[in-house]
Amino acid sequence: METVQGTPPEPPSRREFLGAALGAVAGLCLASMPAVAEEPAAPVRKRKWGMVIDLDRCTGCQACAVACRQENNVPIAGPEQALLGRPIFWMDMMAVREGEYPDLRTQFMPIPCNHCENPPCVKVCPVSATHISEEGIVAQIFARCIGCRFCTAACPYTRRYFNWETPRFSDADAERRNPDVSVRPKGVVEKCTFCHQRIRAIKETVRNEGRELTDADVRKLPACAQSCPADAIVFGDLADPDSEVSRLERSPRAHRLEEELGTHPKVVYLREAKWRD
Amino acid sequence: MEGLNATWVDDGVISPMRRTGWSFYLAASLLLCVVAFGLYCYARQFYFGLVTTGMNRPLYWGVYMANFVFFIGISHAGTLISAILRVVGAEWRRPITRCAEVITVFALIFGAMSVLIDLGRPDRLLNVMLYGRLQSPILWDVCCISVYLSGSLIYLYLPLIPDVAILRDRGVGLVPLYRLLALGYTGTPRQKHYLEKGISFMAIAIIPIAISVHTVVSYIFATTLQPGWHSTIFGPYFVVGAIFSGIAALLIAMAIIRRAYHLEWIMKDIHFNNLALVLLLMTLLMIYFTFNIYLVEITGNEPSIMAPVMEKVTGKYAIPFWGMIGGGFILPAIILMFRRGRTVPWLMVASVLILVAMWLERYLIVVPTLMHPRLPWPDGLYTPTWTEWGITAGCISAFAFLYMLFAKFFPIVSMWEVKEGMAEAIPQVTAKFENYKPTPPEPAKRRHGLAPAVVGRYTTSAAKSAGRPPQVVALRERAAPASVRQKVGPGAGGF
Repeated sequence: METVQGTPPEPPSRREFLGAALGAVAGLCLASMPAVAEEPAAPVRKRKWGMVIDLDRCTGCQACAVACRQENNVPIAGPEQALLGRPIFWMDMMAVREGEYPDLRTQFMPIPCNHCENPPCVKVCPVSATHISEEGIVAQIFARCIGCRFCTAACPYTRRYFNWETPRFSDADAERRNPDVSVRPKGVVEKCTFCHQRIRAIKETVRNEGRELTDADVRKLPACAQSCPADAIVFGDLADPDSEVSRLERSPRAHRLEEELGTHPKVVYLREAKWRD
Repeated sequence: MEGLNATWVDDGVISPMRRTGWSFYLAASLLLCVVAFGLYCYARQFYFGLVTTGMNRPLYWGVYMANFVFFIGISHAGTLISAILRVVGAEWRRPITRCAEVITVFALIFGAMSVLIDLGRPDRLLNVMLYGRLQSPILWDVCCISVYLSGSLIYLYLPLIPDVAILRDRGVGLVPLYRLLALGYTGTPRQKHYLEKGISFMAIAIIPIAISVHTVVSYIFATTLQPGWHSTIFGPYFVVGAIFSGIAALLIAMAIIRRAYHLEWIMKDIHFNNLALVLLLMTLLMIYFTFNIYLVEITGNEPSIMAPVMEKVTGKYAIPFWGMIGGGFILPAIILMFRRGRTVPWLMVASVLILVAMWLERYLIVVPTLMHPRLPWPDGLYTPTWTEWGITAGCISAFAFLYMLFAKFFPIVSMWEVKEGMAEAIPQVTAKFENYKPTPPEPAKRRHGLAPAVVGRYTTSAAKSAGRPPQVVALRERAAPASVRQKVGPGAGGF
């Protein structure tokens, strides 16, 4: 006769215990790497700062690059270092030639950091000095960066800059330095921040005035957008479907750089012809 | 147990340690000069910043990164080879394991140091512990390399204990240090039991650690989106390259040690020959992997990936690239294929070629890809400066100097293991052979009912020609009446 009796539960064998421990550790490791393959999703409506640059309007005057340098205390490398490939331009003006003589055309292209929604630079930073803010700005903690340059090597757009030496400023520049932006020491990486100091300032202003932030407040907020005489650069909230950047983003002229990499840049270019076709 | 008391082994290993000739001082002072120059270069770089190097945008990495991968690769010589040989019980390993393990420890130190040298802010290194981001492959590297370094130190130290005890008992050299390191080892059976348990545990544990280290090093490149780096083959490719360059370094170290310490009586030509055969295998694997990588990249013909590939094949780096393939992979493979090529002078030629080629291989992974970023416009140029070369030379010289120093103060051949081998190898191998020695076949017996003889009885030639599995036919025929059975044959379609 067989009786079904409850036998006292056996203590887990060493093998079982080790297996469970291994599983737990693996689970913890997996759980702690959330941004690996997540599709960018907007749960509650958060701001998603973005920029639209109209290449058909751009005249290549480089006012944006100069204004950016002044606003963000970007040091001047000097002609020698610039020739060696070490100038720093948070807003870089590239001139790209297309075609062969005589059917030749030059396209001016202002390129700031793309502030990708899935940024390759953030994933590789060993000290979380590079991070993405709640409002989608890819920022850099200068005081934490160890200067390994993994982010600069990982950025498919080469939009990150390294301080190869102690930043130099002329005496006149030293007088005009912006107190809202920290000056970087040698040996750290720096990059465009969408002028987040100005975003913080305008948020405080509208709070003091007791109103909501509007598209008109931020449309020309970053130094590059503010200084563009051709009105080619517009800044705003890409998560707001009624903002000007969102409207322009839906234009058939809109494209982003290296879209197929899945980095989801938040800098949108407008051009009649698609880039390099 | 005559082998265990063979004090002539101890004498032969220890006496060259005690004799320090002018050549030692000459080599040491030359190496120290280079190290001093390297230190000067680093001091300059520390003070002025990485502006003293040739790196720029977009060539954010250069010689230091190549050095990092190279040194970590060299470190695979030792521990991995020694651990694998120990685990499989290869008797010829005994005189060469320590030679190999020391390479691992020092090469790892300089590999980790190459990363430190490459940092813009070495003063902030602790941030990796304070703010470490688990998702970054650099953090994986920090973990793997520190585990590997501590593991190889233990793995070097454990078999060293009986040997420093011998030195302590003889009262030669740095006796207080030896007394400290020997931990009171006297060779009692209990001590020996635990020692051997520890060694065999470490030998097994170190193999996956070593493989993880170079895989993770490859992830630094492979996890980015950069053309030419973003490849699934990089992990095994790096591991193979590491073992490949590691064995070459080990052969060079062995040849120098053997000559300087007159150890021909213990490191015999057969040791070089056997290692050379392993090296030949790794050379062929390396050629295979390289062929794979470039074939796939070239047939894919994706413009962003083709830019660095063409830079190597026909562009600015064509000479180092084809030099690496021809002079560093194919030529050594040819040398190693011949018995004469596996003698020490030829082996030295092959090993030096391989080491140079493997450094170039790492350089050619780092630089051409960064020269051609995905966005086509800021193409870069990179010329290393004398600061970078000085620091590189300093690292290599410091490595050689530390190796020399170790060989001066510690026995470079594991004396107790050699003696143990002399005493126990033959009985052990004999006992092992007894296990798999063929025995004359026993006469066929009916055992479990399904003996071959039973099936054979029911397998007719007719069933065989019908192409059916014999057993099935056999069962069916057994069930069928004899009259039907007779019909079965070629052309008996009715059945």
